[in-house]
Amino acid sequence: MAGGASSRIYEGAGLKLMLPSWLVIGIFLLAPVAMMAVYSFLTKEFRGGVIWEFSLAAYDQFFFDRGLFGDEAPTIEWTYIGIFWRSIWQAGLATLACLLIGFPTAWFIATRDPKTRSIWLFLVTIPYWVNLLIRTVSMKFLIRDTGPLNEFLLALGVIDEPLGLINTNFAVQLGLFYSYLPFMVLPIYAAVERYDFSLSEAAADLYSGTWTTLRLVILPVVKPGIVAGCILVFVPSLGAFLAPDLLGGAKTFMIGSLIEEQFKGSAGNWPFGAAASMILLTIVMCVLLVYARNQNKGETR
Amino acid sequence: MAAKVDLRRFPGFLTVTILCLFVLYAPLIVVAVYSFNASSSITNWGGVSLTWYADVFTGPEAPKFQKAALNSLVIAVCAATAATVIATLAAVAMTRAGRFKGKTLGFALINLPLMVPEVVTAVASLVFFSAIGFTTGLMTILIAHIVFCIPFAYLPIAARMQSIPDMFEQAAMDLYATPREAFKLVLLPLMTPGILSGFLLAFIISLDDFLITNFVKGAGVETLPTAIFGSVKQGIKPNIMAISTLMLAVSVVFVSLSWLIGRTGQDKKQAR
Repeated sequence: MAGGASSRIYEGAGLKLMLPSWLVIGIFLLAPVAMMAVYSFLTKEFRGGVIWEFSLAAYDQFFFDRGLFGDEAPTIEWTYIGIFWRSIWQAGLATLACLLIGFPTAWFIATRDPKTRSIWLFLVTIPYWVNLLIRTVSMKFLIRDTGPLNEFLLALGVIDEPLGLINTNFAVQLGLFYSYLPFMVLPIYAAVERYDFSLSEAAADLYSGTWTTLRLVILPVVKPGIVAGCILVFVPSLGAFLAPDLLGGAKTFMIGSLIEEQFKGSAGNWPFGAAASMILLTIVMCVLLVYARNQNKGETR
Repeated sequence: MAAKVDLRRFPGFLTVTILCLFVLYAPLIVVAVYSFNASSSITNWGGVSLTWYADVFTGPEAPKFQKAALNSLVIAVCAATAATVIATLAAVAMTRAGRFKGKTLGFALINLPLMVPEVVTAVASLVFFSAIGFTTGLMTILIAHIVFCIPFAYLPIAARMQSIPDMFEQAAMDLYATPREAFKLVLLPLMTPGILSGFLLAFIISLDDFLITNFVKGAGVETLPTAIFGSVKQGIKPNIMAISTLMLAVSVVFVSLSWLIGRTGQDKKQAR
């Protein structure tokens, strides 16, 4: 993105022009994240908030179980690790579902002629601009036990009793899939649009079948788009709040709800919420770093 | 070569695309249809009526939702305006000012709000405002919204800037325009489609936000999404479906507008 024409008009004014954005993001995002890191090492105040006293209690509570009174030998606490693990698993499955539906869709759209292409693309992007809360509520309305989906299938005689989709892991995955599908389609679309079809022709000339060409020629070429799409779906899914909260039940608790609960009312634990946020942020930054490094390697090659 | 085959075609891809669109639209269409239901039950169909739309504007919950909608609108307009101004300056710097110290880092900083998970931004903002003793309310919501709107405003503006060669400004300068005139009379009009779509994008993103708003809103202040969420927690009622359908319509109008503006920009480019 960087680069572009350099003009003598703005030569040397770069810093001045960037200053507002740096100040706003620096003060109201970077400093808050740093503050959150500090809070995760403080002692909790029982009515929400913190006491300014250094403590590792938040991280200790996350990773270790010291019994009811805190005097037993520490063993690994699986509750929160389990919630993180389930979130990663859910986000991963949602990403896979987006890929399986998103790739053929992106390919199909990118191979239309330019006029119809933009209409297809427009159709895929519209739902993304509809309020996420409203989309999630709509999904809940559709798949709930007495909702239109079950009524329809019951009337058709396909099923004898409601599917019982709501409040399951599957419902959460469906919600995540529904929330972030356009994020998968758009980068893959961009990659396929740049794909050089003479590669497919060459493969066909060498007697490669349609699917072999897809697997051995096309997929490696459009891989950057696929990886970008997977990251764009996986990262927001991991910290999602609305889909697990509205579509899932108590058994489908995810990171977003765990963190939200710590700041709600007086039952919360701010340092613990801050610590859980730090751990989530660390996981996301690791994913992004691995991605950035691989991308750089790809570019230098 | 064997029989002529279309290398662009894969069997089944059309079916998947149709399925994809079906999944994307089915819930929205179902809710839109049920919002016209005359029955007060959300399950049974009682004929077509506009009862619930009337309820949205005059019913017992109308004042609450109207106040929330007004809050949402004011915040979205202010946040999108501020973010667009900030992003425009940054885009000029990134595409016109050549190399300068901190450019790569600055670019990363602008995109930071996209990389930090939303729930983390929400927690960080709440912690920050409470640590510096800032009372949560409309102001804290506005500040938080400006931050995450910046990258969304920046992307279309920077994309537009990159396609404008700087010869126009050079020509203006050669004809003795001051830098200010060159910006106002030459660059700014060329940038306008990008700035408009940046503004619209930021506007929609601000209207859309639930999680961050919910953390920093403070007691008693509601935006439309937080008000809807609170109501949905007690069960989906028909008036919520009417509100949803109205918001759906607003989103579709805005996206279409943004799309059309983007297209006129493209057409001009091709005509040049």
